[in-house]
Order: sequence, then C-alpha cells, then structure tokens
Amino acid sequence: MIRILLVLMLLILSFLSLFVGVKDISIFDIHQLDKDELLVIFVSRIPRMVAVLIAGVGMSISGLIVQQISLNKFVSPTTMGTLDACKMGILFSMILFPGSGMITKMVLSFVIALAASMLFLNISSKIKMRSLIFIPLVGIVFGNILSAISTFFAYKYNLVQNMEGWLIGDFSAIIKGNYEVLYLGIPIVFMSYLYANKFTIVGLGHETATSLGLNAKRVTYLGLGFVAITSTVVVLTAGVIPFLGLIVPNIVSLIFGDNLKKTIGLTALIGAIFLLICDLISRTLIAPYEIPIGLTVSIIGGIIFLVLILKRAKHV
Amino acid sequence: MIQVKNVSKKYGEKNILDNVSVTFPKGKITCLVGGNGTGKSTLLSIISRLVSRDQGEINLVNQEIVNFKNRDFAKRLSILKQANHPNVRLTVKELVAFGRFPHSQGRLTHQDQEKIQESLVFMGLVDIQDQYIDELSGGQKQRTFLAMVLAQDTDYILLDEPLNNLDMKHSVEIMKILRVLADEYGKTIIIVVHDINYASSYADYIAAVKDHKIIHFGPTDEIIREDIMKEVFDIDMTIVDNCNNKVCIYFK
Repeated sequence: MIRILLVLMLLILSFLSLFVGVKDISIFDIHQLDKDELLVIFVSRIPRMVAVLIAGVGMSISGLIVQQISLNKFVSPTTMGTLDACKMGILFSMILFPGSGMITKMVLSFVIALAASMLFLNISSKIKMRSLIFIPLVGIVFGNILSAISTFFAYKYNLVQNMEGWLIGDFSAIIKGNYEVLYLGIPIVFMSYLYANKFTIVGLGHETATSLGLNAKRVTYLGLGFVAITSTVVVLTAGVIPFLGLIVPNIVSLIFGDNLKKTIGLTALIGAIFLLICDLISRTLIAPYEIPIGLTVSIIGGIIFLVLILKRAKHV
Repeated sequence: MIQVKNVSKKYGEKNILDNVSVTFPKGKITCLVGGNGTGKSTLLSIISRLVSRDQGEINLVNQEIVNFKNRDFAKRLSILKQANHPNVRLTVKELVAFGRFPHSQGRLTHQDQEKIQESLVFMGLVDIQDQYIDELSGGQKQRTFLAMVLAQDTDYILLDEPLNNLDMKHSVEIMKILRVLADEYGKTIIIVVHDINYASSYADYIAAVKDHKIIHFGPTDEIIREDIMKEVFDIDMTIVDNCNNKVCIYFK
C-alpha cells in the first residue's frame, strides 16, 4: 500500500519536474509542444530528471550499505570521507592528466574513494569506543583531512575554483551528453538488491555472519565497491549531495526495520522522492535563478538529521 | 566428535591457549569451566573458525576444519558468542529465519519455515515473533539469538556464556532444552558456563580450564570433587549429593 503511494508520488513529482525551469513550458500544452520546447525537454529537462532520480536512489542505497557494513547508523558516504575522496580523485586526475576525459577522472576517483573507505573502516574497527556518534565523528575528521590535502594541491595548481564546482551539488548544468556516466549507478542498485540478505547478515556483526557461513570480508569489500562507484559517478556529474545517504536509510529503518530485502526498495523510492522535492524547491524558490541543490539538501537534511539524532539517542 | 590437538594461541607475547588437546564426545554436552581470562572463549572461537590459531590441529568428524567451505562448515557447526549483539531492527522471526541462511541462502523453503517455527516454539518466542529485537529485554534477546542457532540446525553447537542476561527460570529452561537437543537429536554441545552448578546438573562432561590449559577433563561426576574445584577456581567448596546430582556450595 505504502509502496504504491510512494510510486505514485514519484511519478507525479518526476512529471512535474519536467515542467519547471527558465523556459516556460506548461503542462497543459503537452499535446502541442513546438520544436524548441521539445528540444528543451529532451536535452535538458529529461536528463536532469533522470540524473536527480539516479543520484537520489544511488546515494540513499550507498548510505544504507555502509551503515550495515560499519554497524553504525550514522555512517554514510558523507560522514566517512568517501565523497571527499572522490573530489580528491577528480582533482588529482586534473593535475596528473590535464585535459583527460571523464573515464580517467572516474577511474582515479573510484580508486581513491575505495581506498579511503577501506582505510576508514580499518581505523574505525580499531577504535575501542564503539559509540554511535564517535565513529562518524572520526569519519568527518578523516574526510576533512582528505579535503585539506586536496585544497593544498588545488591552490598549488590554481584549481581552487574548479574544486568549488563539486563542493556543492548542483544539477543545473546537466544536459544530454554530460551526465551519462550516472547510468553506471543503475546496475549497482540491482546488484545491491541481490546482495540484500548478505548485507543484512553483515549488519549482525562479523561473528554472527561468519557463523552463518558468510565471508563477511568479501561482502564488506563488495559493498564498499558499490558505494565507491555510486559516489564517484554522482560527484562527477552533480557534485556532493550531503546527508542523503544518512537521513533516508535512517527514516526507513525507524519505520520499516533493517531487513534489507524488505527495505532496500523503500529506501530507493524515498531517496528519489526526497531529492526530487529538494530539486523542485531549488528551482522555484528564487526563479529564474537556482539555489544549488546541495544547499537545499543540507538545510532540510540537517534539520531532519538533528531530529533523528535525538530519536536514535534513546536507543543507545 | 571434535578433536583438538596441541592448539596454541598468543596475542602478542601473551599466552591465551598453551598447547591444548581435548576431544569433545559426540552427542553429549560438555561444559567448559574456569576463571575469567583463562582462554575458554578463545578456544570456542578457534574451534568455530572465528579466530585463527598459531599452531595445532582441529578435526571435525575427522576432517581438518580449515578445509571446509564456509557454507558447509556453517551447516555443521554454529556458535553463539557472548551477548553484545548490535541493535538491529529485525523482528524476532526475521532474525531466527537467518539461521536458515547456510541451508537456503535466503530463499526459504517449506522445510526452512518449519524449522523456524519449531525454534520459535522451542524458545517460547511465538507470542513476540513480530516484535523488533531492539525493543526486547536482555533475556528475550538472548533467547532469540539462541533460537537462530537452533534454526541453523547444526550437529555441533557452541555457546559462549549463553546464560548471561537470563534469570534463573530461563537459565534452567535453556539448559533443559540443550539436554533435549543432546539426548533426542544427538547434538554435540560445547558450552561455557560460569556457575559450576549448571555444569554439574546438566553436563555430561566437564573440561576445566586454568592458566590457558585444560587441566582436567572427564565425566561430570569425576570432575566435581572438592580438590579439583579448589585447584580450578581457587575457592573452597562443599559438595553435597542431592539425589544423584552433586551441588557445589561456595557461598560462605
């Protein structure tokens, strides 16, 4: 029932998002669009809608996966340095291979993101104090260190302005031809669904997982791989979208539990809806200008995050 | 039958297990007793492949345990560690169902469903099967994890202090259930307990651990002796015979 409602909501919002923007295209003219309007829809509006959908689904599921792997509800690509590592990867590929294409950036960014996630998991497993808040704090510090290193090199090579570009997520520059790497996120979503049971078991702890015959290490690394790919393609096309991987899985977990086979679809749906709403707000609030979506998500997400911390803290 | 031969384990310079050899008989309950930090839990973890050993051999039905595939091993041997389970929001039934994972890899068959139901009934969890485990009391949670191990339906069951968090009623109930599992289903059970009287009342064999070695192993009756108890626990005990059942009194 809830699923059907959410799907309906998603369809309506996606449809709406096609008709919001600088060029005035009315929903009521849909049967008599002229050539210009069709061009806008196919070159700009549809790519943007698709990008928002994939980014919303991908980042939410990434959050869900790392929360299972780290046994901590407040770990996410934002709070474990993965997104900072992606930025670092893109920056390094610009320094080392100037003029290189999307593929180079993607590969380097993926490698650094994966290495950073592994390093973080390693560090966090050595921390004796396994408090719900402490581990993500370590992650944030870790991310800031990566960010500082990137900034240092960005200054040195005069790329600071370029860096700022990915600092705050923004979908306004997405047009046909520059966002297609995002499609890589789609198979990852399906793979995540196939591995849902295994991720749930890993979330029961290393020992229980091993006792159930699961190679916990392999599932962990696979999960980190999924997250690194998704984060890379999202940062590369839209930039950093914070909080999404944190709040969406937490809301779903509070209402529907932690059985991923049941909740992974819901997480995907709610993630997409949440990001679509933020995108619509970003585009309409100061139209014809836009607020970068990273900012909108930060403000709305920050508030929800606070509420969640207060709610979750009762369970600790 | 589980054969442990000359197994040693060190953490850094610290000896945890020192050349331990013991054979756990099939279809029986063996209790591991001894003080804190003597290596009982580590021994269970090594037998169940959670922790690697430095040297020695361990055979499960005459096959070295490292040679089993993960999934095959999980169908034969299960372990429940001391209770510090993460706060997951799974329902009781969902968690117990994961006990069937080694058998069905998540696609539950009719037989799996029966096993799950059986375990829930066995552990008295039917009434709360749809509750989230992070909302249960410590004892209910412990019983849920035990039910998951039961659902795994392995011939060998290793339990590390399963009576922690349980009140006396539930502790006795668990021990009785383990007795049934050994006597009627032929399960081999190795269990770490702290209260010697649970061992003396329900175990077939006792392995007494001290200074990282097994210093005594034998049928319960032969181990529950005042001199041995003094040696293992370093406290004076009076042993009372209570209709074929020895009880150790150590409160003074």
